[in-house]
Amino acid sequence: MFLAAEGVEHHPLVPIWQELVVGTIAFFLLCFVLMKFVLPRMEAMYQARVDAIEGGLKRAEAAQAEANQLLEQYRAQLAEVRTEAARIRDDARADAESIRTDILAKAREESDRIIAAGRESLAVERQTIVRELRAEVGGLAVDLASRIVGESLADEARRKGTVERFLTDLESAGAR
Amino acid sequence: MSGQLVAAEGLPWPPSVGDFYPPDLAGPWVTKFTLMIWLAVGLLIIFFMATYRNPKLVPGKGQWMAESIYGLVRDNIAREQMGKDGIRFAPYFTVLFCFIVVTNLFGITPGLQISPNSHIAFPIVLAAVSYVLYLYVGVRKHGLGSYLKQSLILPGVPWPMHFLLIPIEFLQTFIVRPVTLAVRLFANMFAGHLILLVFTVGGFVMLASDNLFVQISSIAAFAMAIVMAFFEVLVALLQAYVFVTLTANYVGSSLADEH
Repeated sequence: MFLAAEGVEHHPLVPIWQELVVGTIAFFLLCFVLMKFVLPRMEAMYQARVDAIEGGLKRAEAAQAEANQLLEQYRAQLAEVRTEAARIRDDARADAESIRTDILAKAREESDRIIAAGRESLAVERQTIVRELRAEVGGLAVDLASRIVGESLADEARRKGTVERFLTDLESAGAR
Repeated sequence: MSGQLVAAEGLPWPPSVGDFYPPDLAGPWVTKFTLMIWLAVGLLIIFFMATYRNPKLVPGKGQWMAESIYGLVRDNIAREQMGKDGIRFAPYFTVLFCFIVVTNLFGITPGLQISPNSHIAFPIVLAAVSYVLYLYVGVRKHGLGSYLKQSLILPGVPWPMHFLLIPIEFLQTFIVRPVTLAVRLFANMFAGHLILLVFTVGGFVMLASDNLFVQISSIAAFAMAIVMAFFEVLVALLQAYVFVTLTANYVGSSLADEH
């Protein structure tokens, strides 16, 4: 390097070596200080800000998703409860129906039984009455006949057969 | 005419290269230029330390300003030029960008009035750092051999063309890139200062004229100086942006898998 002498113009494209040294030291000092103490923190701050914004969005999304899930869950539970209630109601209705038919059946059976018993006792009664009547009417008729005739008929056996036949005819005519 | 006027006023007219080399303040180590460099370093350290001493997730005004600068370089330069890989270089690019902006703006700062980058030594330092950075990144990613091969040999070219292309690619990647980086920044600041000198000093020279018409015309010169000062702000920012963008582009091309 040559230094410009007094009065001689320095060529502008020739660097002054002291300036090269000073420029290098000063610029490296600047780079060192800023790149060590300031700019990494700035980048970190940038990232933190991005995180804060994106993290906030993510958190909101997560909360939304959770809320949706809960809503879905509640809806499912509600639907379940509704079907359960419907099922219980149907069951109750079916039970009531079966109970009703049971009771009806029982009542009908009971009434049938009572009617049958009545009929039976009626038949027995009738039988008894018929038998009694038959004997009584037979007696009366015989009595009447003997009184009319005045005298007892000769043949006991024939008389008995006659009365029997008469009564049977009478019975069959009455039953018809 | 100008010779007469200089004699009358003692103004350095016309502006010359000598105006860029004011006398040393205390030997060659302590000059206006080296002091401006230290000033820029000091200002940037103080600014960033003060605004980022206690960073919050929701930034205050100062922190927001510092982060805007970082965000600009990170997203609009590093990521634009290099994709996701660019983010790990963003801190260096930010320092580079801020340093160039501040030193460039010294060119129109009252009291300083000249950018240190109009001395080619400082752009050389910055370009050298970029040069070393992209060579180092390329060699570390691909290995020396394949980095050279990738840089010099274009795929899909008929082989005789390589006699022509390899020297051109070599010149392009290993010589033209760093030189243009340094010279572009230097020349812009040098020319900018020269333009401001022409209009401002020229205005004073015209004002000192004994011709009334020339004196009145100096208004145009001063107006132009003001316009050019604003223009210099634009140039200062633009050149910083260009320097960092190109550096990012070079580093990105070193990292790229294909030519």
